[in-house]
Amino acid sequence: MSAADLVADGVAGVAGHAARVAVTGRPRRRVSTRLLRSELGLVFGRRRNQLALVVLAGVPILIGTALKLSGPSTEGPAFFARITHNGAFLAFASLVAVLPLFLPLAVSVVAGDAVSGEAQSGTLRYLLAVPVGRTRLLVVKYTAIVTFCLASTVLVAAVGAAVGLLLFPAGSTTLLSATPVSTAAVLGRLLLVALYVGAGMAAVGAIGLLVSVLTETPVAAMATTAGVAVLSEVLDAIPQLHAIQPYLVSHYWLQFGDLLRDPIATTGLMQGLAAAAAYAAIFGSLAWARFGGKDVSG
Amino acid sequence: MPVAAPPQPARSAGTPAPVGTAISTTGLTKRFRGGQVAVDGLDLAVPWGGVYGFLGPNGSGKTTTIRMLLGLIGATRGEIRLLGEAMPAQATRVLSRVGALIEGPAFHTHLSGQANLARLDAADRTADPATARDRIGAALERVGLVAAAGKRYRAYSLGMRQRLALAAALLQPRDLLILDEPTNGLDPQGTREVRALIEELARDGTTVLLSSHLLSEIEQVCTHVGVMHVGRMVAQGSIAELRSLAAPTVRVTTAEVERAAATCRQLGLADVTGQGDHVTAALGDAVPEDVCAALVRAGVPVRGFAVASAQLEDVFVQLTGEGFDVSG
Repeated sequence: MSAADLVADGVAGVAGHAARVAVTGRPRRRVSTRLLRSELGLVFGRRRNQLALVVLAGVPILIGTALKLSGPSTEGPAFFARITHNGAFLAFASLVAVLPLFLPLAVSVVAGDAVSGEAQSGTLRYLLAVPVGRTRLLVVKYTAIVTFCLASTVLVAAVGAAVGLLLFPAGSTTLLSATPVSTAAVLGRLLLVALYVGAGMAAVGAIGLLVSVLTETPVAAMATTAGVAVLSEVLDAIPQLHAIQPYLVSHYWLQFGDLLRDPIATTGLMQGLAAAAAYAAIFGSLAWARFGGKDVSG
Repeated sequence: MPVAAPPQPARSAGTPAPVGTAISTTGLTKRFRGGQVAVDGLDLAVPWGGVYGFLGPNGSGKTTTIRMLLGLIGATRGEIRLLGEAMPAQATRVLSRVGALIEGPAFHTHLSGQANLARLDAADRTADPATARDRIGAALERVGLVAAAGKRYRAYSLGMRQRLALAAALLQPRDLLILDEPTNGLDPQGTREVRALIEELARDGTTVLLSSHLLSEIEQVCTHVGVMHVGRMVAQGSIAELRSLAAPTVRVTTAEVERAAATCRQLGLADVTGQGDHVTAALGDAVPEDVCAALVRAGVPVRGFAVASAQLEDVFVQLTGEGFDVSG
């Protein structure tokens, strides 16, 4: 075999190898919402999450029916007295009712399960091997959590408004200020309230995401997250602790009443949104920092 | 007998001359937080286009190695190159060319097999959504799971689950398949099917890393073998090289060990050792009958003469120890 043959052989070998690699090598990576849509399908397709939404939607039906049967009342929790004047207020009353426990609980279940659920079932290792970048996975997971937060508050608001307007008149009414407003205006404010409460829940979701990254036991992550939310509410109710209260995740939740003033009192609301954004940023970053270098052996 | 044979590039007829390695590690080490060293200075070399049998008893560090190859866990020390790219730095670029089955199947139990594949395909940014349906259907067909495609994963048998995991690895054309115990839970028929599938993929030029604790499961399909034992590679090379480590041996029982040994050496036999009342030697290319005749001619009082044929299994057992001991 001559030297020229050897060279030719070598070149053919390299070219053959290169050609084979080129069949699948360096594929184009698309920007797509497929993974997010798949994630939303998982979250909203889960039986227990659907059950949580059913329970949340049941609250306005329960309150509305009870109020209809017992007749007009001037007593009761916030907004109760107004419901019989304008049914749309049933939505606000319902949000106040689900805010302390049902909403944070539902969000804790979804957020706590986000990463730990995949780790426990082993699907996490297959997602990462696809590959799904760890940052991308966390962004998709948190986007799905926030979507669930907003979906649950909007659901309670929508069912509340629908049931309220079905059972009670849609008469002219006042918000928390004295100016009379139309039902359409009330519904507009209602949407803003649902989004604001959803933002508050997204902060709980960020805590849940971090806890979910720290453990491979979904139930532990769910319980911890719900526990943190309830603890925050307990601490927020102790007057002696006013120094730390502005930093609690639940501190600004009921601030949504400011959206019912005319004009809207923005100071407290902005603080609430800033607090939620800060929670999302801090806990999201912590989750990212922990998950980025974590050994996935589940 | 730790023998680390240098890896030889695969060169089967009809395939182009391979260049470099599809997987290579240098000094790869994993020490877990508890201090346990699961993988210790591993130099893995999987040639392009080869079918590499990654052998070792349970707990010898195979799965830990595979997890490091895929970037699931970080290495304590050492370097990894996968398809010529550094891992885990280039993970997002290189892993889409790699199909993997990692420590058994894992899917969402409430989704059907088909929906589970759709989820994994949706996660792959290199996958074309327009062809997703066809590719998922083709992958299911390839592993013989079409009939159960719409069934919930929860209702799958272990064999069906294993097949689904294989289908997931085959959603896209791959340059490299890393299959951790792919025949686990399959019946003999399923094992044969998987073997045929791997042979077919290898013919198309896909490099395959196949881990197993059972040599017999993979011996027929492998071109190369690496044997792990307690976190270390104790032997690595082509099947022929590994087999040569356990060439057939001849064992002569006699009262005159010295003379028997000398005769063996004269015949050109290697590894001649005399001990007690017998002499053993590697038979090499020699014909046993000739050896026996030569011994008798030389006046050796032969009391017993036995030939032990070489099996890869013997090499494996020799390297990793016998029995069901799990490596610590």
